[in-house]
Amino acid sequence: MKLWRKPLDQDRVVVPHGEIHLILERCKGCQLCVTYCPRSVLEMSNLFNAKGYHPPQVGFPGRCVACGLCAMLCPEFAIYVVEV
Amino acid sequence: MNDNGILQGDFFIDGDTACAEAAICAGCRFFGGYPITPATEIAERMARRLPQVGGTYIQMEDEIASIAAVLGASWAGQRAMTATSGPGFSLMMENLGLGIITETPCVLVNVQRAGPSTGMPTLAGQGDMMQARWGSHGPYEIIALAPSSPQELFDLTIRAFNLAERYRTPVLVMTDEAVGHMTERVVIPPSEEIKHYPRRKPQVPPSDGYLPYNPDPDGVPPMACAGEGYRIHVTGLTHNEKGYPATVSVETQRKLVERLIRKIRDNRDDIVELHEDQVQGADVVVVAYGISARTAARPVRVAREMGLKVGLLKLVTVWPFAENRIQELASQVKAFVVPEINMGQIALEVERCAGGKAQTILVPHAGGGLHDPDDVLEAIMRVSRWNREPETQNSKPET
Amino acid sequence: MAEELTNLLISEHHPMDSLLRQDRLPHIWCSGCGLGTVLTCFVSALQKLELDLNKVVIVSGIGCTGRAAGYLNLDGFHTTHGRAIPFATGLKLGNPELKVVVISGDGDLMAIGGNHFIHAARRNMDLTVLCVNNFNYGMTSGQVGPTTPTDARTSTSPYGNAEHPFNVPYLAAATGATYVARWTALHVRRLERSLIEAMNKRGFSLVEVISPCPTYYGRWNKMGDALEQMKQYHDHSIIRHRTDPAEADISLGGEIIVGRFVDEDKPTFCDLQREAVQ
Ligand SMILES: Cc1ncc(C[n+]2csc(CCOP(=O)(O)OP(=O)(O)O)c2C)c(N)n1
Ligand code: SF4
Ligand code: SF4
Ligand code: SF4
Ligand SMILES: [Mg+2]
Repeated sequence: MKLWRKPLDQDRVVVPHGEIHLILERCKGCQLCVTYCPRSVLEMSNLFNAKGYHPPQVGFPGRCVACGLCAMLCPEFAIYVVEV
Repeated sequence: MNDNGILQGDFFIDGDTACAEAAICAGCRFFGGYPITPATEIAERMARRLPQVGGTYIQMEDEIASIAAVLGASWAGQRAMTATSGPGFSLMMENLGLGIITETPCVLVNVQRAGPSTGMPTLAGQGDMMQARWGSHGPYEIIALAPSSPQELFDLTIRAFNLAERYRTPVLVMTDEAVGHMTERVVIPPSEEIKHYPRRKPQVPPSDGYLPYNPDPDGVPPMACAGEGYRIHVTGLTHNEKGYPATVSVETQRKLVERLIRKIRDNRDDIVELHEDQVQGADVVVVAYGISARTAARPVRVAREMGLKVGLLKLVTVWPFAENRIQELASQVKAFVVPEINMGQIALEVERCAGGKAQTILVPHAGGGLHDPDDVLEAIMRVSRWNREPETQNSKPET
Repeated sequence: MAEELTNLLISEHHPMDSLLRQDRLPHIWCSGCGLGTVLTCFVSALQKLELDLNKVVIVSGIGCTGRAAGYLNLDGFHTTHGRAIPFATGLKLGNPELKVVVISGDGDLMAIGGNHFIHAARRNMDLTVLCVNNFNYGMTSGQVGPTTPTDARTSTSPYGNAEHPFNVPYLAAATGATYVARWTALHVRRLERSLIEAMNKRGFSLVEVISPCPTYYGRWNKMGDALEQMKQYHDHSIIRHRTDPAEADISLGGEIIVGRFVDEDKPTFCDLQREAVQ
């Protein structure tokens, strides 16, 4: 199972403003990023990381405006955004 | 005074002043303190003198803050000192432990007065000797020096700074009110004659994997300070060589504690200083320290005039204890007489080391003054008599 | 169940990593604890400040918050309970070039260390203090503390707290702090800005952050999960800059006045000492 790879369709997905990066094993699934993203870009996934937490994933990539709030809120230094 | 603000020459000053001047000669440039009799004069002198040599004096809000600030200043690269007496010494105990586990060089002077509690603020005591050894929690080893005169307080304060750097640990100068307030001739040698043990610095640049608690072969790690680019982490938690907490690793705890103890115990020969006066061949040896060693000199002399073979062993270094020497002497002498201004502290150590091979007689003093020389003489005569007539040994219960 | 995380790149490193001791992550803080977010804001502030990071020193006391010094890739000192401020004072006076920041908890700074706090403020010692107020002693599993609101329940106030709490900004202002601000952990941008301002300030600066301890305080006071507690604090907060800190009391479930309350200049301890000696 190649779970944590770069999505195959990465080049085809249009990410107008921000590209979300996750350091998977740091995430403790607190949902802060998902809850407070002003553009509702993120959603919780059903997967588990090695520590047994649900990490977030990007539901609506096109909406991300690279505001960086998710990165500032994340208590675990697990998520950040790169403006593209 | 020299151009650099450091004194040199012959002075008629009290012990506390001598102590402050010694600190300045030793390169101490930070003093954090809180006034307390009979140590206040040290703070007062430092408040006046430190600015003259580019140093900083701060009067903290209490003794806990004083020692914490001293530890901080040491990590900023300074030679730092505080001075106090019994009540303040008690308050300093927790952070003394922090200084020990983080291996922070600094000097703590205790001008002892009579306790317990507020006790007799203006009068001498030696009641904090065991507190000096065991006052902070957990297992550790400590260095404590005990001067008998203002001159010696001067000399030992300088030595304390050097030992602190050499072994990276807080060093205690356990003096007392009598010495602190006694005015005598004190010779301050020229600066160039004063030995400085420099801080042990890392030999590798910050990028090169410096491990803050990786010791040199003698058990002492070189010390990078704050602001030097090493990005050190220093904690009072049990830590590994990186300085990182390892709070559930029994192995890390064992290694750390053993090293902290061994770096001092294994170097006892270097640290322990004793002054011996006719100890070899004596029947009775008076073991004393600080002002009591001075009080003991006269009764020892009188006893010798009476034909008794009495030696005087002065513990200049009280901690670590002169275990080997006392053990050695125990099989040569008949008894140790230990006068101290408390109800029996160092006498217990002497007795332990004597291991039953020689008697240990305590000459106690509850505090507030010095021994009556006759009391010490009487003890010497008593044990001498016992030794001649062993059948009367148990005729009188010991105090 | 989805088999992969969608539209997300998996990385090994975070842009803040150079300021973190990566070999110590993940940190010990509970999931949803506000402390991680506060630390992120602090790192972000450091990245924006033009400081020589080799001269920035973090000093912490003991507590959950006290662990902060151990996660930052800076010179860091994890001292004894309550004594971070006097230790920091020694560092600063020992080497005035250092930028010394104290990061510690409400119990550490206001109870056992309360005396040191007021005296450092009174002296206008050039330190920045970041006080994370979670209204209880987190590390020792949630006892009542000097900032616990009256009536709040904790493991040692099971019938409700019978004490009046300290209002931290008021205490700081009254005792002489030259910069005083309060935010909640959710005010990430404003908190970051305050931290920048505080660290740029010469003198004693205090930033209080109201932060959830979902594991203890939140649970005892039935505040819901971590997220809810975070949200409640944020929702109950009212931004009122320059408000008189005397009016910034916090009551159980009441409003939380946040903002920059004090920002003034006055000579520091070092300034006055230098002047006096000359
Ligand atoms: C002298 C001393 N007393 C008590 C403790 C136990 N202790 C550790 S942390 C703590 C309270 C911490 O509370 P706070 O400062 O609010 O930090 P938090 O854990 O809430 O972040 C206490 C009482 C200690 N370590 N040292
Ligand atoms: S950068 Fe802003 S918009 Fe994009 S996911 Fe993060 S919080 Fe949402
Ligand atoms: S905020 Fe961080 S830890 Fe929390 S769910 Fe998002 S990525 Fe995970
Ligand atoms: S106990 Fe409370 S303060 Fe401590 S890490 Fe957990 S949530 Fe945070
Ligand atoms: Mg707390």
